[in-house]
Parts: sequence; C-alpha cells; structure tokens
Amino acid sequence: METAITMSSARVTRAWVMEAKYEFLRLLRTPSFALPTILFPSMFFLLFAVLFNGGSHGAEVAARMLAGYSVFGVMAPGLFGFGVVVALEREHGLLTLKRALPMPPGAYLFAKMLMAMVFASIVVALLMLLAFTIGHVRMPLANWGALLGADILGVLPFCALGLLIGTLVGGQGAPAVVNLIYLPMSFLSGLWLPLAALPNFLQQVAPLWPATHLGQIALSVSGQGGDGRVVMHATVLAAFTAAFFAIARRRLQREG
Amino acid sequence: MCEREEEPMSTPIAELENVVKRYGAVTALDGVDLQLHPGELLALLGPNGAGKSTAVALLLGLQRADGGSATLFGLDPQSMDARRRIGVMLQEAALQQSLRVDELIRLTMSYYPKPREFGEVALLAGIEELLPRRYGKLSGGQKRRVQFALAICGDPQILFLDEPTVGLDMGARTALWKTLRTLVAGGCAIVLTTHYLEEAEALADRVAVLARGRVIAAGSVDDIRAHVAQRRIRCISSVAAETLRGWPEVMQAEREGEHLHIVSDAVEAVLRRLLATDPELRDLEVQRAGLAEAFAEITTDAGVPAEQREAA
Repeated sequence: METAITMSSARVTRAWVMEAKYEFLRLLRTPSFALPTILFPSMFFLLFAVLFNGGSHGAEVAARMLAGYSVFGVMAPGLFGFGVVVALEREHGLLTLKRALPMPPGAYLFAKMLMAMVFASIVVALLMLLAFTIGHVRMPLANWGALLGADILGVLPFCALGLLIGTLVGGQGAPAVVNLIYLPMSFLSGLWLPLAALPNFLQQVAPLWPATHLGQIALSVSGQGGDGRVVMHATVLAAFTAAFFAIARRRLQREG
Repeated sequence: MCEREEEPMSTPIAELENVVKRYGAVTALDGVDLQLHPGELLALLGPNGAGKSTAVALLLGLQRADGGSATLFGLDPQSMDARRRIGVMLQEAALQQSLRVDELIRLTMSYYPKPREFGEVALLAGIEELLPRRYGKLSGGQKRRVQFALAICGDPQILFLDEPTVGLDMGARTALWKTLRTLVAGGCAIVLTTHYLEEAEALADRVAVLARGRVIAAGSVDDIRAHVAQRRIRCISSVAAETLRGWPEVMQAEREGEHLHIVSDAVEAVLRRLLATDPELRDLEVQRAGLAEAFAEITTDAGVPAEQREAA
C-alpha cells in the first residue's frame, strides 16, 4: 500500500471554515428560512412590546419582553436550521454523499452550529436595536452584552433538539413537527407572558422545557428579574444538550 | 471472477470479498467478489435491483456488509485515508440548491489534501459556463455534470460513478466518455454502474454483470460476448420470416421492409441453407452479438424474468 495521505492541519481547518461559511450563505439565500427567522421575533416584539404597550412603564415592560423575545428568536435558527435542514439532507442524500466524501468529521455539525449562532446574533442584534430606539429600553452596557452572550450560547440546546428531530422525522414532516414544538414551548416557557401569569399547573411543569431555563437566564443576566439561579439553569441546559445530542448521534450511526 | 491468466496480478485497490448484504428478508448481495486494479475501468452492469448500487455503497463504507469484507486501498472504506483518495458521484444527491456551482466545487475541493486546479475541474467536466449559476436553477443534465465535477475535483485515485450519464443528452454523454478515457489514461481507476450497455462496451476494461445479488459473469467485454454464441444475420432476401422460424438453428427471424434479421447460435448452418434456398440473396452481413444480446442471455440464464431486464 502507498503511504497514507496526510492533510495539513491548516487545510483541515480551512475545510471546517468553508463548510461553515457555505452553510451560512446557503441559508441566508433561502428566503423561507432567513426571512421568518430574522424578522418574526422583531415583528412580534414591535407589535407586543412597543405598539400595544403604551403604559407609563412601557420601557420597563419592553426590557422584560426583550429577554423573552430574544430567547424566542434564537430558538428558531437552532430548531429549523438543524431540524428541517438535517431531515431534508438525510432524505435527499446529501448526508450520504458527505459521508462518502472526505469531509472532516465534525465539520458538518460544527458548520450548522456556527450558522445557528451567527443567525442568533443577527436576530438578537436587531431586537436590541428596536428595543433601544423605538422601545426606549435603557440598561447598563454589561446587561446588553450579557444578554447577547447568553442568547448566542443558548442556541446550542436548540441545535441539539433540532438535530434530534431531524434524525427522527422526514423532510416533509419536519417543519410541522418543529413548529409544533417551537410555538407551544415558547408559550409554556413564559417567553411571551411571564411564567407567573400562567396557570399554576403550567408553572409547575415549566422546568421540563429547555426554553424555560434559557428564559430565566436571559431575564437574570439582563437585570429584568428572573430567579437568579443562572448556574443551575445553565447546567440543566447543558444536560439537555448532551442528552439530545447523544440520542441523535445514536440514531445517525444506526442508519449508517 | 474470470481473471485472464496473462494479466499481471497487481494488488487490488478496491475489493469486495464474498460480501453478503441483506435488507430484512431481501438479500441484496449474495456472496459477491469484486476487484478493482489501478488504472482500470470496471463497469457494473445489471438490471434494477441487481445490487449494483449496494455494491458501490459497500465499497464506500456507506453500508456495512452482513458477511465478507469491503476494503479500499486495503483499508476500512470509511477511514479518512481511504476517503481522501476517492471521488464519488451518487445516483441521488440533492446538493445545496442555493449555492453557486463554483462555490460547491470550492467547498468540495477543500476536503481534499491535493485537489485539482479549479480551472482544470471546470474544463474536464465541461461546466465553465455554469460556474456563476445557482445549483437549484440548473437542468437535470447540468446538475449531473456539476456532480461529476465534484467527483473529480479532489484528483482521486478511484472514481465511483453511479449511473453517471442518466439524464445527459448524447453530446454531453460523449463528452463525459471522452473525459473518462482521459482520466483512465492518467492512471485513475473507475467503478461505473450503468444500465447503458453501449457505455460499458465503449469504456470498460472489465465488466461484471450482476443479477439478483450475484456476479453472474465477469471479464473483458469480449469475454462477456464470448459467453454467447449468437450471431446476427442481416440480408435482403425473399425468403419468408415464417419459413426461417421453422428452421431448427434459427432463434429469431424478423422482416423489416426488404431486409431480413436473423439471430442464430449456429450461423454457418443457417447461411448455407439460406444461400441455397435463395440464390438472389444480397447485402449479406453477419455480426457477433453485442453486449446487449449477451447481457440479455446471461440474465435470462440467471433466471431474471424478462420484464426486470433493462437490456436497453
């Protein structure tokens, strides 16, 4: 046999970067993904936190709602960017082709994760711009920064959940399944209405939903209330992420 | 395997050894042996469901054998070292619709240690004018050419092409054949599945005919043809086709205008009798059966019902 073909680590890194770059570009060029992902959270925020929120404490309420809507906003790139896209790529053979090609292992998931984080930054930045200008929300700079950081990292559990959905459901059914999880979970996790405003039973089961934990972190780090137990919530989210990811990986391997 | 003795036996660079693959109750491959040597073009020929694509999937490590072994360069087919030396064009792969053709090529090139020059890839695949276009906007044939570009962009030592010319017009198909010959001349080995017999005939160094998950014939195109003794006779004659069908050596006889078409496995006997019967006979041609006839006969022998054959 000939000597093994080695690939310089610079070239391997380049392959990872290229994969991530084109994953982002292709979704940016897919209006059915990019437009709702980027615009819906801002539209809802504008509607409920600014237009229908004319009370004397408008800016304070808007600041609170910013935390909830930013979490709502970053769930989408994770859930749809993984769930729907992986389901389609599995069904249409792209995943199979990539497994035959020498794509560096891990680059596929890394690219999608980075894509989701970049989309999340755009979504949150746009929300913050609206909150600051039209919503007159004022917070210390550290709170803006902490909220942005929490949201960007907070995409990851939803990437893992999306990946799990993508390995379980076909391409046709995936958008419906994702929406069926995305919208009810947003409501049940107190992203639109404060948890305290939900019926007692729903408050009790709320810790079952990953979005509840990210919502509490977002409120806490932006100084808008929340229960302040950031480390506990972050640990729960990490556990969710690991569990979803492990199950998804087993599913993918079994198919291979 | 019917290896010809005089061929020097080099180490195979891709190999299936007594491979068995089952999908539930269906046995897709039933003890298949295949070998690919450096610089040769091996055509896998067979009807749908014969196991051609399964054989390719096992050689690529996309599926695991239930028995026997599949190796690439003596390695596990899914190992990175093996994958970096191959190029792949699968039958069904929906590439990213919203990426441009040049972006798809550059992305795929980035996976390989020493890819081809970008310009050379575009030239070889004949897709220079498609480069700035979105993949999703291309026609079926154009997409196949782009997929071919992705298969060769890594400058692979083995190229796996699963039905590469399906959906191509005659011009594009001929151009692809020319490129494949260039690649083989440059030392690239190719595994090609096809149900276009003329494709195997035009390109292949060796052909393996699969039916019902078994290799039922393997060897050079001439070897396969030699499996059948059939010859075709074409001539202008007044003898009625019905009369000919009554002769014991005649397997088929058809009239097409003033021409007679006869298929026989004892062509000399038929000719003697035919010339004696009709002294006016003219325009006589005798041909060895093509791969199409050989293939039809081989698959019939293997018990594949006629309706499953794709002797196109």
